Amino acid sequence: MAVRVNRSLCNGCGDMAEPMCVAVCPGDLLYRDESNRCAVRDWRDCWDCAACVKECPRQAIEMFLPVQIGGRGSTLTARSGRGRITWKLTRPDGKEEIFEIINQTFNEVK
Amino acid sequence: MNAGRVKIERKSADIVIVGGGTAGCFAAVTIKEMCPSADVLVVEKAHVKRSGCLAAGVNAINAYLGPGETPESYLDYVKRDSAGLVREDLVLSIGQRLNRVTEKLESWGLPFLKDESGRYKFRGKRSVEINGEHIKPVIASALRRSGAGILNRAVATNYVVKDGRAAGVFAFSAREEKFYVISAKAVICAAGGAAGIYRPNNGGPARHKMWYCPFNVGTGFAMGLRAGAEMTTFEMRFIALRIKDVLSPTGTVVQGVKARQINALGEEYLNRYGSDSTPVRLYATVEENKAGRGPCYLDLTGLPDSDNSRLKEAYLNMSPGIVLKWADEGVEPNGKPLEICGSEPYVVGGHGQAGYWVDSRRRTTLEGLFAAGDAAGGAPKKYVSGCLAEGEIAALAALEYIRGIEVPAAGDQEVAAELGRVFEPLGRQKGAAPDDYEERLQKIMDEYAGGISANYELSGPKLLIARELLRELQDEISANISAGDMHELVKAHEVIDRALVARVLVEHLLYRKETRWRSYQERVDYPVRDDRRWLVFVNSVYDGETKNIRIIERPWKGLG
Repeated sequence: MAVRVNRSLCNGCGDMAEPMCVAVCPGDLLYRDESNRCAVRDWRDCWDCAACVKECPRQAIEMFLPVQIGGRGSTLTARSGRGRITWKLTRPDGKEEIFEIINQTFNEVK
Repeated sequence: MNAGRVKIERKSADIVIVGGGTAGCFAAVTIKEMCPSADVLVVEKAHVKRSGCLAAGVNAINAYLGPGETPESYLDYVKRDSAGLVREDLVLSIGQRLNRVTEKLESWGLPFLKDESGRYKFRGKRSVEINGEHIKPVIASALRRSGAGILNRAVATNYVVKDGRAAGVFAFSAREEKFYVISAKAVICAAGGAAGIYRPNNGGPARHKMWYCPFNVGTGFAMGLRAGAEMTTFEMRFIALRIKDVLSPTGTVVQGVKARQINALGEEYLNRYGSDSTPVRLYATVEENKAGRGPCYLDLTGLPDSDNSRLKEAYLNMSPGIVLKWADEGVEPNGKPLEICGSEPYVVGGHGQAGYWVDSRRRTTLEGLFAAGDAAGGAPKKYVSGCLAEGEIAALAALEYIRGIEVPAAGDQEVAAELGRVFEPLGRQKGAAPDDYEERLQKIMDEYAGGISANYELSGPKLLIARELLRELQDEISANISAGDMHELVKAHEVIDRALVARVLVEHLLYRKETRWRSYQERVDYPVRDDRRWLVFVNSVYDGETKNIRIIERPWKGLG
């Protein structure tokens, strides 16, 4: 499975000690490179959990299927908001589909 | 490498928990709720916000007692699905807590789907639908609010054993050359099960496209084995029936929208195989393929168009890869049947019943060590809520155990020995990389111990070859594995631990001379189930000195 970083969107989370994508990857596969942007260490080890995709505040990480399992260029990005996540699916022909899903109810704040 | 340059950091806690996943977080929260003054530390290899099995999310709570269901009926179901052999006391104790822990998840902010009357929306008798993309951050928030200590990016390697009891944990930082010596009055192992023991379905850049978390590598089992704890039922491997290529779960379409399971001829084939237990659904699919009637599919073509979007949302909550697959193929979910296949075999206590041999309070055979979730054996079909329940049980038992106990300290000699073992691969000039040994291990297991390429079938002669090759491999790895940096050092220990788990698994597979769980444990040289002789638990103990594995047979006992 695979994710890639759009280097024109990524700013390495500025002054944060550790970018969010680097912090949450369960396989520790992302790192901040010399140009202060994030990079994927070994995308063969990616599990498709999309934790980095969801955490990136700039939607700079997208997931896609590798060619070896039939990938033809579709991508998924995500924007996380308070209590909801918005997914953007982009097909190989550029057509987009948006999904907005409530993912937390914040009951604990009551 | 020069071990002298490694920084040693000593810590102590009343209770240390290995693994910040489902069971580990719930155990920590329970301890803090019951005893706010207790000093709890969760040691997590990744980051608790998105670690382990729930990193991607999950779209149903698969163990919840619906109307008319009881803990006893849950036990009946689990027992039936597992060919009669489960630890009834453990399964029942899980069943008694399922609904309460599930409702607690809702109180923490996990969105549950509801019907018009405000009741949970069921998919089957024991499964409720959720929007679970955020389940791990929700659980991690509860952990943070509880006040428990959290040590992220700390890779546990072994228990501190003092006077014959677990007295803490050794770990190292995944980020820097730092070694943790954590002393504790009690330890709870909630480190998950093991993936990556067998060759996965896909190669190259999709090699980690598996169902179970590839970063759960059996470290919790390996730590217990090296400390002499008794394990059980490794031979009940779990093999998931999944959507081909992307390995997405099938329950969402089988139970959620009632897809038909058909072969290449369009026939619904499950009724040919007698039972519809979880292992048999996989076995039936393997057999249809062997008989030339494959591939097999889940047929969604009758689904109304209005359900397509709902189905994609359900998968985005858990396994987004299938949504990309549909888009890449230019089809909607109801446009084409989904081809299905089995995953590679896993060693897990949550779906199967591999793990530590525990008593009803989740005490292992090593004093002071408790186990929960995928690490604890004897009680399959726990899923998320069962792991929460076991986290609670282990937490209560550990709290009781630590009364009157002082925190012991690890001896300097023991610290030096473990530090040397842990950092030895770092900078080793000769030898092979962790990836090379991982592939070697997976090749042996796939070909000689019933992997995908062998249709999961096992036989004595092949298992004996696996036994020899694995013993040699274990020695080679100890002497030669090399790591160029800290990330590779983590991977080196993952291979070391997987190789030990694989050795124990093969011993279990050799010992059970019958066929109890189709495909999971399919001895072609002993093809028949034998309750009279084999309604027993196959357990094992590892001798770290001689590297020998001893099998212990334990009698099955029902609740009576």
